[in-house]
Amino acid sequence: MIKIRKDIETCEGYANCVVAASDVYDLDDDGKVVILRPTVDESERDKVDEAVRSCPTAAIWLEDD
Amino acid sequence: MDHVVVVGGSVGGIRTVSGLRAARCDGAITLVDPEAAAPYDRPPLSKQVLAGTWEPEKASLGDPGSQWNARVIAERTTSVNVDAHEITLRTGERLGYDALVIATGAAPRTLPGAATHDGVHVLRTMTDCLDLRQSLERGGPLVVVGGGFIGAEVASTARALGVEVTIAEALGAPMAHVLGDQVAALLTTLHERNGVTVRCGAGVRALDGDGRVEAVLLDDGSRLPADTVVVGIGVMPNTGWLEGSGIRLDNGVVCDEYCAAVDVEDVYALGDVARWRDRQAGRHVRLEHWTNATEQANTVAHNLTHPDDQRAHTARPYFWSDQHGVKIQLMGYADPASSVTIVRQEGGRERIAAIYHDGDELRAALTINWPRALATVRAALEAKTPASDAVKQLERSQRAGCSSSA
Repeated sequence: MIKIRKDIETCEGYANCVVAASDVYDLDDDGKVVILRPTVDESERDKVDEAVRSCPTAAIWLEDD
Repeated sequence: MDHVVVVGGSVGGIRTVSGLRAARCDGAITLVDPEAAAPYDRPPLSKQVLAGTWEPEKASLGDPGSQWNARVIAERTTSVNVDAHEITLRTGERLGYDALVIATGAAPRTLPGAATHDGVHVLRTMTDCLDLRQSLERGGPLVVVGGGFIGAEVASTARALGVEVTIAEALGAPMAHVLGDQVAALLTTLHERNGVTVRCGAGVRALDGDGRVEAVLLDDGSRLPADTVVVGIGVMPNTGWLEGSGIRLDNGVVCDEYCAAVDVEDVYALGDVARWRDRQAGRHVRLEHWTNATEQANTVAHNLTHPDDQRAHTARPYFWSDQHGVKIQLMGYADPASSVTIVRQEGGRERIAAIYHDGDELRAALTINWPRALATVRAALEAKTPASDAVKQLERSQRAGCSSSA
Protein backbone atom coordinates (compact mmCIF):
# COMPACT_ATOMS: atom_id res chain seq x y z
CA MET A 1 0.00 0.00 0.00
CA ILE A 2 1.00 3.59 -0.60
CA LYS A 3 0.39 6.29 1.99
CA ILE A 4 -0.86 9.63 0.70
CA ARG A 5 0.71 12.58 2.50
CA LYS A 6 0.12 16.33 2.45
CA ASP A 7 1.28 19.59 3.97
CA ILE A 8 -1.62 22.01 4.00
CA GLU A 9 0.63 24.91 4.96
CA THR A 10 2.39 24.50 1.62
CA CYS A 11 -0.78 23.84 -0.39
CA GLU A 12 -1.97 26.81 -2.44
CA GLY A 13 -4.99 25.22 -4.10
CA TYR A 14 -3.63 24.79 -7.59
CA ALA A 15 -5.91 21.74 -7.95
CA ASN A 16 -3.43 19.91 -10.18
CA CYS A 17 -3.75 16.90 -7.86
CA VAL A 18 -7.53 16.92 -8.31
CA VAL A 19 -7.02 17.00 -12.06
CA ALA A 20 -4.63 14.05 -11.87
CA ALA A 21 -6.48 11.88 -9.31
CA SER A 22 -9.91 13.18 -8.34
CA ASP A 23 -10.75 10.01 -6.42
CA VAL A 24 -7.79 10.54 -4.09
CA TYR A 25 -7.52 14.32 -3.73
CA ASP A 26 -10.09 17.07 -3.29
CA LEU A 27 -10.03 20.67 -2.09
CA ASP A 28 -11.86 22.13 0.88
CA ASP A 29 -13.70 25.47 0.96
CA ASP A 30 -10.44 27.30 1.67
CA GLY A 31 -8.87 25.71 -1.38
CA LYS A 32 -6.63 23.41 0.66
CA VAL A 33 -5.98 19.81 -0.34
CA VAL A 34 -8.15 17.10 1.21
CA ILE A 35 -7.10 13.46 1.05
CA LEU A 36 -10.09 11.26 0.28
CA ARG A 37 -8.26 7.96 0.78
CA PRO A 38 -5.27 7.82 3.16
CA THR A 39 -3.80 4.78 1.39
CA VAL A 40 -4.04 3.52 -2.16
CA ASP A 41 -3.15 0.26 -3.79
CA GLU A 42 0.11 -0.27 -5.66
CA SER A 43 -1.94 -0.55 -8.88
CA GLU A 44 -2.80 3.15 -8.53
CA ARG A 45 0.80 4.30 -8.20
CA ASP A 46 1.03 5.88 -11.66
CA LYS A 47 -1.99 8.07 -11.01
CA VAL A 48 -0.98 9.35 -7.57
CA ASP A 49 2.61 9.70 -8.71
CA GLU A 50 1.39 11.98 -11.47
CA ALA A 51 -0.60 14.00 -8.92
CA VAL A 52 2.52 14.42 -6.78
CA ARG A 53 4.68 15.42 -9.73
CA SER A 54 2.11 17.93 -10.98
CA CYS A 55 1.91 19.88 -7.71
CA PRO A 56 3.62 23.25 -8.27
CA THR A 57 4.34 23.71 -4.55
CA ALA A 58 5.31 20.11 -3.63
CA ALA A 59 2.55 20.03 -1.00
CA ILE A 60 1.79 16.32 -1.45
CA TRP A 61 3.96 13.22 -1.52
CA LEU A 62 3.83 9.45 -1.20
CA GLU A 63 5.22 7.11 1.44
CA ASP A 64 5.61 3.40 0.97
CA ASP A 65 3.86 1.49 3.70
CA MET B 1 12.80 0.88 -28.56
CA ASP B 2 16.59 1.07 -28.89
CA HIS B 3 17.16 4.80 -29.03
CA VAL B 4 14.66 7.57 -28.28
CA VAL B 5 15.77 11.10 -29.08
CA VAL B 6 13.83 13.86 -27.34
CA VAL B 7 14.34 17.33 -28.79
CA GLY B 8 13.31 19.97 -26.26
CA GLY B 9 14.21 20.05 -22.58
CA SER B 10 11.31 21.89 -21.02
CA VAL B 11 8.64 20.18 -18.94
CA GLY B 12 7.22 18.12 -21.84
CA GLY B 13 10.62 16.76 -22.89
CA ILE B 14 11.73 16.05 -19.33
CA ARG B 15 8.47 14.32 -18.48
CA THR B 16 8.84 12.17 -21.58
CA VAL B 17 12.30 11.08 -20.45
CA SER B 18 11.19 10.35 -16.89
CA GLY B 19 7.99 8.73 -18.15
CA LEU B 20 9.93 6.38 -20.40
CA ARG B 21 12.08 5.25 -17.47
CA ALA B 22 8.99 4.91 -15.27
CA ALA B 23 7.56 2.62 -17.98
CA ARG B 24 10.73 0.53 -17.66
CA CYS B 25 12.16 1.54 -21.01
CA ASP B 26 15.80 0.42 -20.73
CA GLY B 27 16.97 1.62 -24.17
CA ALA B 28 19.13 4.66 -24.82
CA ILE B 29 17.54 8.08 -24.37
CA THR B 30 19.11 11.29 -25.62
CA LEU B 31 17.82 14.71 -24.65
CA VAL B 32 18.78 17.53 -27.00
CA ASP B 33 18.25 21.16 -26.04
CA PRO B 34 20.60 24.16 -25.72
CA GLU B 35 19.48 24.31 -22.08
CA ALA B 36 19.38 20.56 -21.49
CA ALA B 37 22.23 20.59 -18.97
CA ALA B 38 20.04 22.30 -16.37
CA PRO B 39 16.39 22.06 -17.39
CA TYR B 40 13.88 24.22 -15.53
CA ASP B 41 10.17 24.73 -15.18
CA ARG B 42 8.63 27.83 -16.74
CA PRO B 43 5.60 28.76 -14.60
CA PRO B 44 7.78 30.30 -11.83
CA LEU B 45 9.53 32.57 -14.36
CA SER B 46 6.67 35.09 -14.31
CA LYS B 47 5.98 34.54 -10.62
CA GLN B 48 8.38 33.43 -7.86
CA VAL B 49 11.69 33.68 -9.75
CA LEU B 50 10.78 37.07 -11.24
CA ALA B 51 9.64 38.26 -7.83
CA GLY B 52 12.96 37.13 -6.34
CA THR B 53 11.29 34.89 -3.75
CA TRP B 54 12.77 31.76 -5.40
CA GLU B 55 16.36 31.23 -6.39
CA PRO B 56 16.49 30.06 -10.04
CA GLU B 57 17.66 26.61 -8.87
CA LYS B 58 14.29 26.03 -7.20
CA ALA B 59 12.66 25.90 -10.65
CA SER B 60 14.90 22.99 -11.67
CA LEU B 61 13.27 20.00 -13.37
CA GLY B 62 16.03 17.68 -12.25
CA ASP B 63 19.20 16.24 -13.71
CA PRO B 64 18.35 14.06 -16.74
CA GLY B 65 21.73 12.32 -16.71
CA SER B 66 21.84 11.09 -13.13
CA GLN B 67 18.09 10.74 -12.53
CA TRP B 68 16.95 9.06 -15.73
CA ASN B 69 20.18 7.89 -17.31
CA ALA B 70 19.71 10.11 -20.36
CA ARG B 71 22.51 11.34 -22.55
CA VAL B 72 22.34 15.12 -22.63
CA ILE B 73 23.37 17.16 -25.67
CA ALA B 74 23.25 20.89 -24.92
CA GLU B 75 22.90 21.97 -28.53
CA ARG B 76 20.34 23.26 -30.99
CA THR B 77 18.81 20.89 -33.53
CA THR B 78 18.69 22.35 -37.03
CA SER B 79 16.96 19.68 -39.12
CA VAL B 80 15.60 16.18 -39.29
CA ASN B 81 15.81 13.54 -42.01
CA VAL B 82 12.80 11.31 -41.43
CA ASP B 83 13.83 8.73 -44.07
CA ALA B 84 17.29 8.25 -42.61
CA HIS B 85 15.88 8.57 -39.05
CA GLU B 86 18.43 11.15 -37.97
CA ILE B 87 18.61 14.72 -36.75
CA THR B 88 21.34 17.26 -37.45
CA LEU B 89 22.72 19.52 -34.74
CA ARG B 90 23.95 23.10 -35.16
CA THR B 91 27.49 21.75 -35.10
CA GLY B 92 26.74 19.57 -38.15
CA GLU B 93 26.84 16.41 -36.06
CA ARG B 94 24.17 13.84 -36.97
CA LEU B 95 22.33 11.69 -34.51
CA GLY B 96 20.28 8.64 -35.42
CA TYR B 97 17.00 7.72 -33.70
CA ASP B 98 14.53 4.87 -33.59
CA ALA B 99 11.89 7.25 -32.28
CA LEU B 100 11.96 11.03 -32.29
CA VAL B 101 9.98 13.12 -29.81
CA ILE B 102 9.50 16.77 -30.74
CA ALA B 103 9.03 18.97 -27.69
CA THR B 104 10.55 22.24 -28.86
CA GLY B 105 7.77 24.41 -27.48
CA ALA B 106 7.08 27.88 -28.77
CA ALA B 107 8.81 31.22 -29.05
CA PRO B 108 7.37 34.61 -28.12
CA ARG B 109 6.19 36.95 -30.85
CA THR B 110 7.96 40.27 -30.78
CA LEU B 111 7.16 43.82 -31.85
CA PRO B 112 8.73 45.12 -35.03
CA GLY B 113 11.67 47.29 -34.00
CA ALA B 114 11.79 45.92 -30.45
CA ALA B 115 15.39 44.77 -30.87
CA THR B 116 16.58 48.33 -31.41
CA HIS B 117 15.78 49.45 -27.85
CA ASP B 118 17.21 48.37 -24.52
CA GLY B 119 14.72 47.59 -21.81
CA VAL B 120 12.33 45.73 -24.12
CA HIS B 121 11.75 42.16 -23.00
CA VAL B 122 9.92 38.98 -23.78
CA LEU B 123 9.57 36.28 -21.15
CA ARG B 124 10.15 32.66 -22.04
CA THR B 125 13.54 31.53 -20.78
CA MET B 126 15.38 31.77 -17.47
CA THR B 127 17.72 34.31 -19.08
CA ASP B 128 14.68 36.39 -20.14
CA CYS B 129 13.43 36.22 -16.56
CA LEU B 130 16.67 37.32 -14.92
CA ASP B 131 17.16 40.11 -17.50
CA LEU B 132 13.64 41.37 -16.86
CA ARG B 133 14.18 41.19 -13.12
CA GLN B 134 17.22 43.44 -13.53
CA SER B 135 15.22 45.93 -15.59
CA LEU B 136 12.41 46.02 -13.02
CA GLU B 137 14.92 46.75 -10.28
CA ARG B 138 15.49 50.10 -12.01
CA GLY B 139 12.05 51.03 -10.71
CA GLY B 140 9.84 51.47 -13.76
CA PRO B 141 7.48 52.49 -15.11
CA LEU B 142 6.65 49.20 -16.83
CA VAL B 143 4.43 48.90 -19.87
CA VAL B 144 3.14 45.43 -20.64
CA VAL B 145 2.15 45.10 -24.28
CA GLY B 146 -0.64 42.55 -24.57
CA GLY B 147 -3.25 41.50 -22.06
CA GLY B 148 -2.55 37.76 -21.97
CA PHE B 149 -1.80 35.70 -18.88
CA ILE B 150 2.00 35.99 -19.02
CA GLY B 151 1.79 39.77 -19.29
CA ALA B 152 -0.80 39.85 -16.53
CA GLU B 153 1.45 37.83 -14.23
CA VAL B 154 4.39 40.10 -14.97
CA ALA B 155 2.17 43.11 -14.23
CA SER B 156 1.15 41.56 -10.93
CA THR B 157 4.71 40.65 -9.93
CA ALA B 158 5.97 44.12 -10.87
CA ARG B 159 3.22 45.80 -8.83
CA ALA B 160 4.25 43.73 -5.82
CA LEU B 161 7.80 45.07 -6.35
CA GLY B 162 6.38 48.59 -6.21
CA VAL B 163 6.68 49.31 -9.93
CA GLU B 164 4.10 51.47 -11.71
CA VAL B 165 2.47 49.31 -14.40
CA THR B 166 0.31 49.89 -17.47
CA ILE B 167 -1.09 47.08 -19.59
CA ALA B 168 -1.66 48.11 -23.20
CA GLU B 169 -4.14 45.83 -24.95
CA ALA B 170 -5.16 46.37 -28.57
CA LEU B 171 -8.54 44.70 -28.07
CA GLY B 172 -11.49 46.02 -26.09
CA ALA B 173 -10.42 44.15 -22.93
CA PRO B 174 -7.62 41.76 -21.90
CA MET B 175 -8.33 38.17 -23.02
CA ALA B 176 -11.73 39.14 -24.45
CA HIS B 177 -11.05 37.17 -27.65
CA VAL B 178 -10.45 34.00 -25.64
CA LEU B 179 -12.61 34.37 -22.54
CA GLY B 180 -15.40 36.72 -23.66
CA ASP B 181 -16.32 40.22 -22.51
CA GLN B 182 -17.78 39.36 -19.09
CA VAL B 183 -14.73 37.49 -17.84
CA ALA B 184 -12.38 40.01 -19.47
CA ALA B 185 -14.13 42.70 -17.42
CA LEU B 186 -13.57 40.70 -14.22
CA LEU B 187 -9.85 40.38 -14.98
CA THR B 188 -9.60 44.09 -15.78
CA THR B 189 -11.24 44.94 -12.46
CA LEU B 190 -8.75 42.72 -10.64
CA HIS B 191 -5.85 44.61 -12.24
CA GLU B 192 -7.34 48.02 -11.55
CA ARG B 193 -8.08 47.24 -7.91
CA ASN B 194 -4.40 46.39 -7.54
CA GLY B 195 -3.13 49.58 -9.04
CA VAL B 196 -2.45 48.47 -12.61
CA THR B 197 -3.61 50.85 -15.34
CA VAL B 198 -5.33 48.98 -18.18
CA ARG B 199 -5.35 50.76 -21.55
CA CYS B 200 -7.52 49.03 -24.13
CA GLY B 201 -8.49 49.54 -27.73
CA ALA B 202 -5.26 50.97 -29.11
CA GLY B 203 -2.44 49.02 -30.69
CA VAL B 204 1.25 49.82 -30.39
CA ARG B 205 2.49 52.11 -33.17
CA ALA B 206 6.14 52.39 -32.15
CA LEU B 207 8.65 52.45 -29.35
CA ASP B 208 10.26 55.75 -28.47
CA GLY B 209 13.66 56.33 -26.93
CA ASP B 210 17.30 56.77 -27.73
CA GLY B 211 19.12 53.57 -26.78
CA ARG B 212 16.89 52.60 -23.89
CA VAL B 213 13.16 52.65 -24.37
CA GLU B 214 11.45 55.77 -22.99
CA ALA B 215 7.86 55.35 -24.08
CA VAL B 216 5.36 53.23 -25.95
CA LEU B 217 3.46 55.12 -28.64
CA LEU B 218 -0.08 53.96 -29.33
CA ASP B 219 -2.24 54.09 -32.46
CA ASP B 220 -4.54 56.67 -30.88
CA GLY B 221 -1.65 59.12 -30.52
CA SER B 222 -1.10 58.62 -26.81
CA ARG B 223 2.32 58.11 -25.24
CA LEU B 224 2.91 55.74 -22.32
CA PRO B 225 6.17 56.54 -20.47
CA ALA B 226 8.21 53.36 -19.98
CA ASP B 227 11.60 52.42 -18.60
CA THR B 228 10.86 48.75 -19.20
CA VAL B 229 8.56 47.12 -21.75
CA VAL B 230 7.40 43.52 -21.71
CA VAL B 231 5.96 42.19 -24.94
CA GLY B 232 3.39 39.48 -24.24
CA ILE B 233 1.54 39.08 -27.50
CA GLY B 234 1.53 35.33 -27.84
CA VAL B 235 3.88 32.65 -29.08
CA MET B 236 4.64 30.77 -32.29
CA PRO B 237 5.35 27.02 -32.25
CA ASN B 238 9.07 26.29 -32.79
CA THR B 239 8.83 24.39 -36.06
CA GLY B 240 11.34 26.27 -38.22
CA TRP B 241 13.87 23.41 -38.00
CA LEU B 242 11.24 20.97 -39.33
CA GLU B 243 10.41 22.81 -42.53
CA GLY B 244 10.99 20.72 -45.64
CA SER B 245 11.40 17.54 -43.58
CA GLY B 246 8.16 15.94 -44.71
CA ILE B 247 6.65 16.37 -41.26
CA ARG B 248 3.30 18.09 -41.77
CA LEU B 249 3.23 21.57 -40.20
CA ASP B 250 0.13 23.69 -39.76
CA ASN B 251 0.19 25.88 -36.67
CA GLY B 252 2.42 23.27 -35.04
CA VAL B 253 3.32 19.65 -35.80
CA VAL B 254 0.15 17.95 -37.01
CA CYS B 255 -0.39 14.75 -35.03
CA ASP B 256 -2.98 12.02 -34.83
CA GLU B 257 -4.87 11.23 -31.65
CA TYR B 258 -1.90 9.20 -30.35
CA CYS B 259 0.43 12.23 -30.56
CA ALA B 260 2.24 10.68 -33.54
CA ALA B 261 3.17 13.06 -36.36
CA VAL B 262 1.15 12.28 -39.50
CA ASP B 263 2.71 11.29 -42.86
CA VAL B 264 5.98 10.08 -41.28
CA GLU B 265 7.14 7.14 -39.20
CA ASP B 266 8.35 7.09 -35.59
CA VAL B 267 7.95 10.81 -34.86
CA TYR B 268 5.89 12.12 -31.95
CA ALA B 269 5.18 15.66 -30.79
CA LEU B 270 3.82 17.15 -27.59
CA GLY B 271 3.32 20.36 -25.69
CA ASP B 272 3.11 23.85 -27.21
CA VAL B 273 4.57 22.68 -30.53
CA ALA B 274 2.02 19.92 -31.18
CA ARG B 275 -1.40 20.18 -32.77
CA TRP B 276 -3.00 16.81 -32.28
CA ARG B 277 -6.42 15.38 -32.96
CA ASP B 278 -8.42 15.47 -29.74
CA ARG B 279 -11.16 12.88 -30.12
CA GLN B 280 -13.36 14.46 -27.51
CA ALA B 281 -13.07 17.93 -29.01
CA GLY B 282 -13.54 16.42 -32.48
CA ARG B 283 -10.80 18.55 -34.01
CA HIS B 284 -7.10 19.27 -33.98
CA VAL B 285 -6.02 21.27 -30.94
CA ARG B 286 -2.81 23.00 -29.92
CA LEU B 287 -2.70 23.90 -26.22
CA GLU B 288 -0.09 26.07 -24.53
CA HIS B 289 -0.80 24.62 -21.10
CA TRP B 290 1.71 23.16 -18.67
CA THR B 291 -0.66 20.41 -17.56
CA ASN B 292 -1.40 19.32 -21.11
CA ALA B 293 2.32 19.09 -21.91
CA THR B 294 2.86 16.80 -18.92
CA GLU B 295 -0.14 14.66 -19.81
CA GLN B 296 0.92 14.39 -23.44
CA ALA B 297 4.39 13.38 -22.27
CA ASN B 298 2.78 10.54 -20.33
CA THR B 299 0.81 9.51 -23.42
CA VAL B 300 3.90 9.54 -25.64
CA ALA B 301 5.97 7.61 -23.10
CA HIS B 302 3.19 5.04 -22.88
CA ASN B 303 2.76 4.74 -26.65
CA LEU B 304 6.51 4.36 -27.22
CA THR B 305 6.72 1.54 -24.70
CA HIS B 306 3.40 -0.18 -25.56
CA PRO B 307 3.28 -0.64 -29.35
CA ASP B 308 0.32 -3.02 -29.04
CA ASP B 309 -1.66 -0.82 -26.64
CA GLN B 310 -1.70 2.67 -28.13
CA ARG B 311 -3.45 5.29 -26.04
CA ALA B 312 -5.26 8.30 -27.50
CA HIS B 313 -4.60 11.63 -25.83
CA THR B 314 -7.67 13.52 -24.70
CA ALA B 315 -7.18 16.89 -23.09
CA ARG B 316 -8.85 18.13 -19.98
CA PRO B 317 -7.71 21.67 -20.57
CA TYR B 318 -6.57 23.17 -17.29
CA PHE B 319 -4.71 26.37 -16.76
CA TRP B 320 -3.75 28.38 -13.70
CA SER B 321 -2.41 31.85 -13.20
CA ASP B 322 -1.35 33.76 -10.10
CA GLN B 323 -2.22 37.44 -10.21
CA HIS B 324 -2.33 39.97 -7.40
CA GLY B 325 -2.36 37.30 -4.72
CA VAL B 326 -5.32 35.38 -6.12
CA LYS B 327 -5.47 32.20 -8.09
CA ILE B 328 -7.14 32.26 -11.49
CA GLN B 329 -7.97 28.81 -12.80
CA LEU B 330 -9.57 27.70 -16.03
CA MET B 331 -10.98 24.25 -16.72
CA GLY B 332 -12.39 23.12 -20.06
CA TYR B 333 -12.58 24.76 -23.48
CA ALA B 334 -13.76 28.33 -22.89
CA ASP B 335 -15.46 29.82 -25.94
CA PRO B 336 -16.11 33.56 -26.03
CA ALA B 337 -19.32 32.81 -27.94
CA SER B 338 -20.73 30.67 -25.08
CA SER B 339 -23.08 32.03 -22.44
CA VAL B 340 -21.49 32.85 -19.12
CA THR B 341 -23.17 32.57 -15.71
CA ILE B 342 -21.30 34.19 -12.85
CA VAL B 343 -21.51 32.94 -9.27
CA ARG B 344 -20.00 35.08 -6.53
CA GLN B 345 -19.18 34.16 -2.96
CA GLU B 346 -19.15 37.30 -0.88
CA GLY B 347 -17.76 37.73 2.60
CA GLY B 348 -14.05 37.93 3.26
CA ARG B 349 -12.12 37.92 0.02
CA GLU B 350 -14.45 37.73 -2.94
CA ARG B 351 -14.58 34.45 -4.84
CA ILE B 352 -15.90 34.26 -8.37
CA ALA B 353 -16.77 31.40 -10.72
CA ALA B 354 -17.65 32.11 -14.34
CA ILE B 355 -19.43 29.13 -15.85
CA TYR B 356 -19.31 28.79 -19.65
CA HIS B 357 -22.22 26.94 -21.18
CA ASP B 358 -24.11 26.47 -24.42
CA GLY B 359 -27.72 26.13 -23.38
CA ASP B 360 -27.50 23.70 -20.48
CA GLU B 361 -24.34 22.05 -21.73
CA LEU B 362 -21.41 22.82 -19.45
CA ARG B 363 -18.24 23.82 -21.36
CA ALA B 364 -15.74 25.37 -19.01
CA ALA B 365 -15.26 27.47 -15.92
CA LEU B 366 -12.90 30.21 -14.89
CA THR B 367 -12.54 30.73 -11.16
CA ILE B 368 -10.97 33.63 -9.32
CA ASN B 369 -9.77 32.90 -5.78
CA TRP B 370 -12.05 29.85 -5.58
CA PRO B 371 -10.15 26.57 -6.10
CA ARG B 372 -12.96 24.52 -4.57
CA ALA B 373 -15.33 25.68 -7.30
CA LEU B 374 -12.84 24.54 -9.90
CA ALA B 375 -12.80 21.06 -8.39
CA THR B 376 -16.61 21.04 -8.45
CA VAL B 377 -16.68 22.03 -12.12
CA ARG B 378 -14.05 19.47 -12.98
CA ALA B 379 -16.24 16.72 -11.57
CA ALA B 380 -19.29 18.17 -13.32
CA LEU B 381 -17.50 18.22 -16.68
CA GLU B 382 -16.42 14.63 -16.22
CA ALA B 383 -19.94 13.51 -15.29
CA LYS B 384 -21.50 15.66 -18.04
CA THR B 385 -23.63 17.39 -15.42
CA PRO B 386 -25.97 20.05 -16.88
CA ALA B 387 -24.64 23.58 -16.44
CA SER B 388 -27.68 24.66 -14.39
CA ASP B 389 -26.99 21.87 -11.86
CA ALA B 390 -23.32 22.82 -11.63
CA VAL B 391 -24.32 26.42 -10.96
CA LYS B 392 -26.75 25.26 -8.25
CA GLN B 393 -23.98 23.20 -6.63
CA LEU B 394 -21.78 26.27 -6.49
CA GLU B 395 -24.59 28.42 -5.10
CA ARG B 396 -25.22 25.83 -2.40
CA SER B 397 -21.55 25.75 -1.41
CA GLN B 398 -21.76 29.53 -1.41
CA ARG B 399 -24.52 29.47 1.22
CA ALA B 400 -22.66 26.87 3.24
CA GLY B 401 -19.58 29.08 3.03
CA CYS B 402 -21.51 32.14 4.23
CA SER B 403 -23.14 30.36 7.15
CA SER B 404 -19.90 28.81 8.35
CA SER B 405 -18.18 32.17 8.27
CA ALA B 406 -21.07 33.87 10.10
